[in-house]
Amino acid sequence: MSSPQHLSPLLQAENLSLRVGVRVLIEALSMTVTPGELWCVLGPNGSGKTTLLHTLAGLRAPDAGAVQLAGRPLAAWDTTEAARLRGLLPQTLHDAFSASALEIVLMGRHPHLSRWGWEGEVDRDMAVAALAAVELASVAERDVVTLSGGERQRVGIAALLAQDPPLLLLDEPVAHLDMRHQVVVLRLLRELVRGANKAVVLSIHDLNLARRFATHALVLGGAPVEGLVDEAMTEVTLAAAFGHPVARREIGDRVVFIAE
Amino acid sequence: MARALRIWLVLLTVSAAVLFAALAFGSSPIALADLPRLLFAPDGSVASEVVHNLRLPRALAAFGTGGLLAVAGALMQVLLRNPLADPYVLGVSSGAAVGALGAMVIGLGAGLVQLGAFGGALLSIVLVFAIAHRDFARVSATGASDTAPRLLLTGVILAAGWSAVISLMLTLAPEAQIRGMLFWLVGDVAGADSFVVPLLVLAVVLLVTYPLARELNVLLRGPAVAASLGVRVVPLRRTLYVVASLASAIAVTTSGNVGFIGLVVPHALRLAIGNDQRVLLPACALAGGTLLLLADTAARTLVAPQQLPVGVITALVGVPTFLFLLTARRGR
Repeated sequence: MSSPQHLSPLLQAENLSLRVGVRVLIEALSMTVTPGELWCVLGPNGSGKTTLLHTLAGLRAPDAGAVQLAGRPLAAWDTTEAARLRGLLPQTLHDAFSASALEIVLMGRHPHLSRWGWEGEVDRDMAVAALAAVELASVAERDVVTLSGGERQRVGIAALLAQDPPLLLLDEPVAHLDMRHQVVVLRLLRELVRGANKAVVLSIHDLNLARRFATHALVLGGAPVEGLVDEAMTEVTLAAAFGHPVARREIGDRVVFIAE
Repeated sequence: MARALRIWLVLLTVSAAVLFAALAFGSSPIALADLPRLLFAPDGSVASEVVHNLRLPRALAAFGTGGLLAVAGALMQVLLRNPLADPYVLGVSSGAAVGALGAMVIGLGAGLVQLGAFGGALLSIVLVFAIAHRDFARVSATGASDTAPRLLLTGVILAAGWSAVISLMLTLAPEAQIRGMLFWLVGDVAGADSFVVPLLVLAVVLLVTYPLARELNVLLRGPAVAASLGVRVVPLRRTLYVVASLASAIAVTTSGNVGFIGLVVPHALRLAIGNDQRVLLPACALAGGTLLLLADTAARTLVAPQQLPVGVITALVGVPTFLFLLTARRGR
């Protein structure tokens, strides 16, 4: 399922290197994300998935190489304009203060409002629809600090949906979700990619969900392997990345990976 | 927006009522009926002099100080993303106390004590910023916590250092000065001679922070979310720190170390009207000002002609209120 050629890339990483202190996380990564693509970033703990997503979002500068958002260097974008093009769901969301779930989701509309603007009917409708999309319509007025970890995670995803950027970056969006909601969220993201022609880059630990929903994969851990999901996710690349043997099996029309 | 205006209007009405009460009550009571005449058409009588030269300046100074403390508290709570933050948490008041007490120890006059307090507060602000400035710049923290704990720890540790110096000065100071020092430490509006500065600074603080109010809402969700929504986190944090610290410094310089306004007022308002800074910040200015004015009026009338330090009143009211808020929140 390759993307049509006429679509210009949303995100381009060229020869990217990421370091934390003296430790090299990622060396010489080049990748291009185009509308209609759903990328899964895979790799062991500490392989740089979060650092990569933060770098692609522009929260930190790359240690070498460059990132382009919609054809322009990240740093050249006005921060508000960039926020209309890409959104990020961080891995840990921490709410110290009370706020209703709907208020949190409405914050996703921030880059679309002027400095003096207040959220209007359209923004409210989008927020309500986003909460419904993650199956949380019933908790709209609940205080987020009373929600469970998985529910809060879905509130965060709803806020990203309300932000409505063409490029969505998500750091382990399904990590705290139950089995059913893992599939609900990934289906939702796949619909956005197919139906609304958005692009998604997400990090995930479940190889089977990644294989099932991704169009492309990036495997970190050794030398980065990127490409179409079937080319990047093989017994060889995964075993090398995780330092653990992996077997590929087919069950019906599903491909599954099993850790030996 | 209409809701915000309604809330502010209610608070403004209460403020005006409390101001009138503050002008009327005191060791020489003035009839409420005479007050408008005395206020707007001074006739040179003793009552008129009392209103204009004694009660009005003190009332306005108390209002300005209370407003500054409540707004500074709300801003510090956003900056540190910590509900327990108050205007003094980063050591501003302790620095000011060292400056003020230092001026008292070497026998300087009231004006220079204020200058000493402001100098001490500034020194503390600059020290915290110099030590923690790298942490302001960290937006992409991959761990569970962001920079706030470090900034908080830096401030708390410096405050502990200042406290030691304060104790040392109290131990070494001559007997005659101790009482004045204690009043200063607890917070006392009686010495406030300028209401222009606190009111003016309060207006400036609101003018600077109000346009940033929605960005502050977003910042409460964490630096990574805020940055991805287009907020320029680092300059915003610096602005917050400078504005909140200066507001605290002016408040402390005017009225000494008045506690609890900066902690209780933002929390009580959050429970009542929600945590949208666009509504909350102006509401804090009005409610904080009103509360300190009320407390100061009580401080000078409860055991008249003797005066209590207003900080005692705010703490006595503040402690049970805060405990109530804490337990009420747990129950929800």
